[in-house]
Amino acid sequence: MDFLSPSTWEEALAAKSAHPDAVPIMGGTDVMVELNFGRRRPPALLDLTRIPQLRDHGPDDGYLRLGAGVPYTTIIERLRDRSPALAQAARAVASPQIRNRGSVGGNLGGASPAGDAHPPLLAVDALVELASVRGVRRVAAREFYHGPRRTARRDDELISAVLLPEPAGPQSFSKIGTRNAMVIAVASFSLALDAQARTVGTGIGSAGPTPLRAIEAEKFLASEFDWDGAASPSPATVTRFGELVASAARPIDDVRGSAHYRRHALSVMARRAVSWAVTDYRKEIARCA
Amino acid sequence: MRVSFEVNGHEVTADNVWPGESLLYVLRERLGLPGSKNACEQGECGSCTVYLDGVTVCSCLVAAGQAQGRAVRTVEGLAESGDLAERRLSPVQEAFVEAGAVQCGFCTPGLLVQTDDLIERTVGQGGGVPDEAEIREHLAGNLCRCTGYEKIIDAVRLAAERTAAQRDGGGPA
Ligand SMILES: Cc1cc2nc3c(=O)[nH]c(=O)nc-3n(C[C@H](O)[C@H](O)[C@H](O)COP(=O)(O)OP(=O)(O)OC[C@H]3O[C@@H](n4cnc5c(N)ncnc54)[C@H](O)[C@@H]3O)c2cc1C
Ligand code: FES
Ligand code: FES
Repeated sequence: MDFLSPSTWEEALAAKSAHPDAVPIMGGTDVMVELNFGRRRPPALLDLTRIPQLRDHGPDDGYLRLGAGVPYTTIIERLRDRSPALAQAARAVASPQIRNRGSVGGNLGGASPAGDAHPPLLAVDALVELASVRGVRRVAAREFYHGPRRTARRDDELISAVLLPEPAGPQSFSKIGTRNAMVIAVASFSLALDAQARTVGTGIGSAGPTPLRAIEAEKFLASEFDWDGAASPSPATVTRFGELVASAARPIDDVRGSAHYRRHALSVMARRAVSWAVTDYRKEIARCA
Repeated sequence: MRVSFEVNGHEVTADNVWPGESLLYVLRERLGLPGSKNACEQGECGSCTVYLDGVTVCSCLVAAGQAQGRAVRTVEGLAESGDLAERRLSPVQEAFVEAGAVQCGFCTPGLLVQTDDLIERTVGQGGGVPDEAEIREHLAGNLCRCTGYEKIIDAVRLAAERTAAQRDGGGPA
């Protein structure tokens, strides 16, 4: 096995192009488990931890540009206001030691349907930036997940960054698991409201072959929500939203939970997310008044 | 491959490292530093916790080559240096012993490093003694199969209180 250790982004792209079967490694919190247990013996590892720009974050034309290697801890400590749902998801990942290493780029690279970063990226309509020696392209997170662990990323491409639109309304993330820490989600849900466009975004995790959106639920809530005053939606509206979210899931029975339980959990999380959004929306109105 | 880095203030080099090997393996099997424990090799237990460039990580999940040129601090580096004979335990280590927070001891090295980090980030930054929720949160990635955690929490609080007292000018409590 080779250990490729580029120190610039250009070198990394050249290495990935020359060795498309080299496995990128950032925080290593997925890759090293596979190596330690002999589940994977790639011909080469491509270490990305020496490339400074993968750790950068900052404004980029109306977006927050988050380098693919920024660890979860940084998102929680420094980017909470600029990426509320993603920061809540980051907070729910594993343990402090894992959050010090693990990255959104690694979550996207592995593309486990249970990855906590995915629902917020779907809900806020984030972009994933992919780069290769051929050039750079940006793919909507909503177009990124193709199948179980299959994504829009091509073999010679690396993930350089994700781009998160400036928050324009309440956002949340919630996750069901057996403990408050160190759990892979049984099911997770993210909701993001855009008060300017008057649209609703959703993301469902751990309840389908890929992270999913609940498109019918998004349209329904966007039409029912009181965008001027955030009057409490009727119980029937909230219940219907929960049902639409649950029905968008395509869960299976597995060791973490049954399909039935996952649908139920999603409807509960969706209803709670609406009530949090109403509360946050009112606070925002009060602040601006 | 050859990997060189700093451990507890000393430059070290390991040869014939397999590129898929973990930092934990290099520390234990190639550098004679068995303090960091190997209990799961999958990030679940925290008994391999070390500082890597000042940040706590599971050393079982760091590829050896990723440590090249970096600074590692292990549980062996917590005690005040000096002659081996008169080496003193760190305040966190003392507190664990006194509070009875050690049974089989397998989880202890990881807990010591992660506790050291918690105290550094709270009391060490001028903040207060962490409350129970903060302690549990910071140690959420460190499993102990023996103690039931109560005495570990006591030990962390004791170490934090002493460090705070010392900081505030009282000298060792
Ligand atoms: C104990 C434990 C608990 C965990 N708990 C959670 C949890 O609660 N929630 C959760 O979502 N995840 C969890 N994980 C999984 C893991 O921590 C996350 O998926 C994390 O985001 C991976 O990031 P990383 O930087 O460590 O990735 P790595 O392990 O370095 O890489 C992961 C994958 O992405 C690829 N990759 C990495 N960077 C790039 C890049 N820039 N371009 C292209 N491909 C790339 C790698 O080749 C690999 O396939 C847990 C893992 C462990 C060990
Ligand atoms: S041995 Fe590294 S976390 Fe368990
Ligand atoms: S003392 Fe035995 S595992 Fe903690």
